[in-house]
Amino acid sequence: MKLWIAFWNILGKDLRTYYLKPPNLSWGLIFPLAWGGMFFIKSGSGLGSIAELLPGVVAVSILFGTTSMLAVTVTFEKKNRSFERLLLAPIPFELLMLAKTSGAICFGMLNALVPVLMAALLTDLAGVNWSVFTAAIFLIAVSSTFLGLLIAVAVSEIFEAQTLSNFFRFPMMFLCGLFFPIALLPVPLQAISWLLPLTYGADLLHGTVHGSHRLPLALNLTILALFCLALFTLSLHQIRRRWIA
Amino acid sequence: MPAESQPAIAVSRLSKSFGAVRAVAGVDFTVGAGELFGFLGPNGAGKTTIINLLTGLARPDAGTIRVGDIDCTARPRAAQHLLGVVPDESNLYPELSGFDNLCFCAALYGLGKKERQTRAEELLAAFELSGAAARKFAGYSKGMKRRLTIAAGIIHRPAILFLDEPTTGIDVASARRLRQLIAQLNQDGTTIFLTTHYIEEAERLCRRIAFIVEGRIVGCDTVANLLEPEREKYGLLVVCSEGMPAQPGLRNLQDKLAAAFPDLAFTIPAPEQLRVEAAAPIRVAPLVRFLEEAGIEVAEARRLRPTLEDVFVKITGLGREIMGREKEKRGNGG
Ligand SMILES: Nc1ncnc2c1ncn2[C@@H]1O[C@H](COP(=O)(O)OP(=O)(O)OP(=O)(O)O)[C@@H](O)[C@H]1O
Ligand SMILES: [Mg+2]
Repeated sequence: MKLWIAFWNILGKDLRTYYLKPPNLSWGLIFPLAWGGMFFIKSGSGLGSIAELLPGVVAVSILFGTTSMLAVTVTFEKKNRSFERLLLAPIPFELLMLAKTSGAICFGMLNALVPVLMAALLTDLAGVNWSVFTAAIFLIAVSSTFLGLLIAVAVSEIFEAQTLSNFFRFPMMFLCGLFFPIALLPVPLQAISWLLPLTYGADLLHGTVHGSHRLPLALNLTILALFCLALFTLSLHQIRRRWIA
Repeated sequence: MPAESQPAIAVSRLSKSFGAVRAVAGVDFTVGAGELFGFLGPNGAGKTTIINLLTGLARPDAGTIRVGDIDCTARPRAAQHLLGVVPDESNLYPELSGFDNLCFCAALYGLGKKERQTRAEELLAAFELSGAAARKFAGYSKGMKRRLTIAAGIIHRPAILFLDEPTTGIDVASARRLRQLIAQLNQDGTTIFLTTHYIEEAERLCRRIAFIVEGRIVGCDTVANLLEPEREKYGLLVVCSEGMPAQPGLRNLQDKLAAAFPDLAFTIPAPEQLRVEAAAPIRVAPLVRFLEEAGIEVAEARRLRPTLEDVFVKITGLGREIMGREKEKRGNGG
């Protein structure tokens, strides 16, 4: 009970002070709209292409939505030392970090909702397997958040967190099969693709939205879940090593 | 073992280095339950590092830490429900109001909503911040920030409170009120571990004091015991209104004084001041006569009671000027 009071208050404070602020909310709306619009116009094949584009736009929205927030909720709070307050609180470290990252996970999932709603207005999404789609969105949000956490922990300045996450985010847009199939990449790059969690997430989304996927959906879900676990464990290990040294 | 007889904190052979810097070099001490224990040392002595080690914010290289009956060496976070920490810098959330900051800190310790709000209001009133309760922390003055940070450290009523230089950066009146509050908390049963570089503060507040220099404890005892050897000494402060020479004349004057009064020891703590120490009562008249003949007008000569500063200087071998004095540091806040 006491632990959950702490958990909800940490999450609630982050939501109120960071996520639900107008600049972040509008970023969460505008970013997916801009990406969606750009690829829609570029593809030039009319409303029929929306279903093909949706997985990529959803994935990219989650990726950017989640990773950009950790620089603030973690790196900034570490820098101004308010993070020490959390480290001093009598809560298990794992629960503390879950509370600290849940906001980004929710924010990422909300980001995903924007292109989905847009697409639902413009085209027929009746064929989508919504339960797997939701699970995919959740796991993509979790794995991207924990990737962001790992980055946020590796640096000490906010701008470093932004730069370092771009170093991962932009290549991932092309390497993870968001907008064109991995098979079109040179073979060495394909090998890198399979090392990135978003590849499995994107495969899941493509599979649920328009039926073309490379790995069985259950396998994708499992691998993605394992990535989440590994990234979380690694981040916690890094925090212990670097910040409680 | 009953809780009464068990120390609140017991530390043995504690060490911590940062690269080549040995911040804490094998420190042993205990703090009794309900005690107000002071750590007194100059900048960089290792005070904050020790607090970080004791509160689980840093891991020791060697040594053991026990808080109550909890072995914090093996389980560094196991005692955190017992601890309250007021860090040396204010580290609350700039974007939250004073009231919300306090409620949030209370929530971290699992306090229910009603209780959080009641305690936050009480503390805001006690720290004279009720008027600023709804304002963002970012807009607080330095002294207000300090006071709210202290309130945040005690809102969950910790059994052991760590105060890292609580009065640094706040004005003299606020510092006095704060010391009253710290004494009150201690009377109400809170064990307090306080670091400071104000000697008078340590002397006025603490029952027991450890002197720390370069990561080592060079002396640790009750204030009364520390002062005991100094009581055998006699001291006099001569304040001159004019005629005190500047260097190199000053050196010359000291030499002449030493030659004329071989039983007395002279130091110049400030311009216009002459400090005299001796093992027997000091006769004032010959001294004043000597100074006046040297063209120095004596305004006042007053007997010095032994202070902790004397003890500190003797034990640490450091100069008097090393440690801060509150009057030099009038803050702008509060
Ligand atoms: N994170 C760190 N990295 C490197 N060196 C450190 C770190 N923390 C402390 N030190 C060094 O350890 C020594 C002790 O520092 P500490 O902050 O404990 O001193 P202090 O007694 O609290 O001083 P002050 O009165 O200035 O607050 C200093 O030499 C400091 O530079
Ligand atoms: Mg310090």
